[in-house]
Amino acid sequence: MSVQQQPTPAPAQPSVSVQDLQICTNSGVPVVTEVSFEISPGEVLGLVGESGSGKTTVGLSLLGHARRGLRIADGEISLDGENILDLGDEDLRRLRGSRASYVPQDPASSLNPALRISLQLREVLAAHGWGSRKERDARIAEMMREVALPDDPEFLRRYPHQLSGGQQQRIGLAMAFANRPRLIVLDEPTTGLDVTTQATVLTTVRELAALHGVAALYVSHDLAVVAALARRVAVMYAGRIVELGPAEDLFESAAHPYTRRLVGAIPRLTGGRSLVGIPGHAPSPGRRPPGCAFAPRCTLHIPQCDENVPALDTVRSGHRARCIRAQDVLRQARAKVGDPLDLIPADADSAALTLENVVAHYGPIEVLHSINLTLERHECLAIVGESGSGKTTTARSIAGLHRDWTGSIRLGDKELEASARARSTESRRQIQYIFQNPYGSLNPRKTIRETVGQPLSVFDIAKSRKADEMVQEMLEQVSLSASYANRYPDQLSGGERQRVAIARALISSPSILICDEVTSALDVSVQAAIVELLGQLQRELGLSMVFVTHNLPLVRSIAQNVAVLSDGDIVEYGATADVLADPQQPYTRELITNTPSLETATSEAMAKEA
Amino acid sequence: MSQTEQAPALAEGVDTPTPPGRTSSLLARSLRLWRTRIGLLFVLILVVIAIIGPWIAPHGASEFVATPFSKPGQNGAGILGSDYIGQDVYSRFLYGGSSILLSATISTAIGMVLGIAIGLVAAYARNALDEVLMRAMDVIMAFPQILLALVAVSLIGAGWGIIIAAIALTTAPRVARVTRGAALPVVERDFVAATESMGLSRPRILTGELFPSILGPIMVEATLRLTYSIGVIAALAFLGLAPDPNGANWGSMIQQNQLALATQPWGALAPILAIALLTMGTGLIGDGIARTAAGIDRERGDE
Repeated sequence: MSVQQQPTPAPAQPSVSVQDLQICTNSGVPVVTEVSFEISPGEVLGLVGESGSGKTTVGLSLLGHARRGLRIADGEISLDGENILDLGDEDLRRLRGSRASYVPQDPASSLNPALRISLQLREVLAAHGWGSRKERDARIAEMMREVALPDDPEFLRRYPHQLSGGQQQRIGLAMAFANRPRLIVLDEPTTGLDVTTQATVLTTVRELAALHGVAALYVSHDLAVVAALARRVAVMYAGRIVELGPAEDLFESAAHPYTRRLVGAIPRLTGGRSLVGIPGHAPSPGRRPPGCAFAPRCTLHIPQCDENVPALDTVRSGHRARCIRAQDVLRQARAKVGDPLDLIPADADSAALTLENVVAHYGPIEVLHSINLTLERHECLAIVGESGSGKTTTARSIAGLHRDWTGSIRLGDKELEASARARSTESRRQIQYIFQNPYGSLNPRKTIRETVGQPLSVFDIAKSRKADEMVQEMLEQVSLSASYANRYPDQLSGGERQRVAIARALISSPSILICDEVTSALDVSVQAAIVELLGQLQRELGLSMVFVTHNLPLVRSIAQNVAVLSDGDIVEYGATADVLADPQQPYTRELITNTPSLETATSEAMAKEA
Repeated sequence: MSQTEQAPALAEGVDTPTPPGRTSSLLARSLRLWRTRIGLLFVLILVVIAIIGPWIAPHGASEFVATPFSKPGQNGAGILGSDYIGQDVYSRFLYGGSSILLSATISTAIGMVLGIAIGLVAAYARNALDEVLMRAMDVIMAFPQILLALVAVSLIGAGWGIIIAAIALTTAPRVARVTRGAALPVVERDFVAATESMGLSRPRILTGELFPSILGPIMVEATLRLTYSIGVIAALAFLGLAPDPNGANWGSMIQQNQLALATQPWGALAPILAIALLTMGTGLIGDGIARTAAGIDRERGDE
């Protein structure tokens, strides 16, 4: 298998071609339908979709693999002219890791924690019979240089846990590129990484693919990341490719309404715009309508949309869309983004919350050094930073969930105790917290009514009938129908769960809401809807809000002020517009440069063309 | 700090999944498995025998009906023959279940409550209290259950109270271990932090938030502990440490009639079969619940 080493000079012939791929559950329900695309050698194709769209299923099928419960029912996947769906198990095993390789989402769990990385790298080469031991070691050293890691034996003797997240993912890349594959499938390889690390990993992927003429499929839910990396992008919705074309076309003037809405849901670094989510949710397999799957959520919906599934037609050269009104969509000038945002002015001189000289510890380690922040009434203050910067510790200290801190946190002019338990009931009611992960913050054994109603009984606000009424009102306020009250969390989607968490936080009429990365586990369109809801509730209820996030563009759409945290220190603190447009600190500048965004990606692409 | 725990997007879409019949609890769902049904059948048969036995017994528990070790039907003995002093084996078999079942159930229940309480407190404490409690449990666990029960009974004398206390106390540490293990990951979840930020009291967090989330492993542990309790109580009786060594009791009966295992086997065999079926039954039920719990976790994927 080690024969074809040198990349052949890129021919017009695509190295990967997928034709009419169909993947079903074992009971025959189609999950992925009519998927066709091609990837040329050296090209990176972006495959974008929200959870449940089937993007990962398609990615895995390129290695001839279907997850448990699924099977590849029909279609053709050819790699250099050979249909891999005709291959037997033994041939497939030889194909995987050599001619076609895979980079999974979470590098920490895809590397064996008990083995040194040198051994794991050697295994990949040995499994496919790459040369002698000496040649393998030479290849490993070469690979390490290509992914910009040290190749000295000292480093190679490390175990995975001794590497940072970015280094682990680059080891993942090295393993994937080790046998000089013809095709590489990357399944959201940068999702868990900080922006700075993400930027270097993305650059490595692009360079390696181009250098070795490898066809790459980059699966992601993050359009901004894909825009920064791929020349061509395919958008999936409900198991079908709904649009396929050059990245700039898709982001500037998409021909499918779904793509337009998706682009509109992405927060922008430049200009604060309100985000517009997509109402409703994608139909699950087996419940997809006979016509266009997006029709029920589409504003351009006409009766003909429901008759047949539209074909993936060419709307202009190299750009295809699955919409019968594509020409009408194209006539609308630009991808619609939200209106410029006017955030309500904060009341100066009436601090709702003051942090003075807050120092926090985790065991013996000092994780926050002297934090000073002021949250005015009606203000939304964003705290941004990379993982380990102390932003969550700050939020948890305010809520009294992290107890090991000194200094002063004042609610109005009242000094707060360190732990929530030691505080007065009234101050606990005033400060409410929404957690990052809606899959963990709701008790799976409790109905939504019990969860949302719990603060009412704990704070002794209302009982029985009265409490039930308040729960129903609250659910409607977060755009969930009252019928959700009897459901359990596992019957809800991620966005719906986060709405329940918001309802639980707001039902006791707090004055301060702390949002800890509340959208990071959600899809972009859901994120937009949640941010929209939070902004609206903040205005209506006159809340003061602390919004913790690692997503810089998102800050633009919700917060008046921003504090940038790095290693437990505030490095920059000021009005959002000023900080993002004209950062004073090198750290902030670097953070902004490394943040993938549609504007920078498309303008870079244009510069390249010119 | 940023864990990216995505929704399971396997064959399911983002559409709201509506699993059928949420009302069907773990116990009800486990009854779809044959092993659970068979186990339940065994247990039910023996429970019924133990409860109504004394009423349908043809003779009293200590009534002499025939010469010792008469075979079934011989010398006017009943369908299972007579025992070592000429009492009716069938009648004594019918009388002999209730004491074992009752004492095993009570001692297991007390042990479970103690163990769950200790385990939950230890898991939630996250400090030195956790260490102190669990090391204390380790000390008790260092001795085999039967050995501690033997020591207690031979020091204080055989009585139902001391037997139940000894078994409950030796059951508790094992339950505490399992409870703590199951509760540790739950303690870290944000819904517990959410109730902490509201200031919910510790006992209410333990009973209202933690306990319902570990019901699965607890139920499995309960059946396993019941199995062991039955075994230990029967073994104590076999060793002559029943409160009434001459009374009708499956454990004592085995010991009394083992001499004639070759000539009149029913005196020992009937109680042996009863204990075997009973412990197999509770074991099978536990296994069924464990498998169902694992299956549910697989389906859900994220919990």
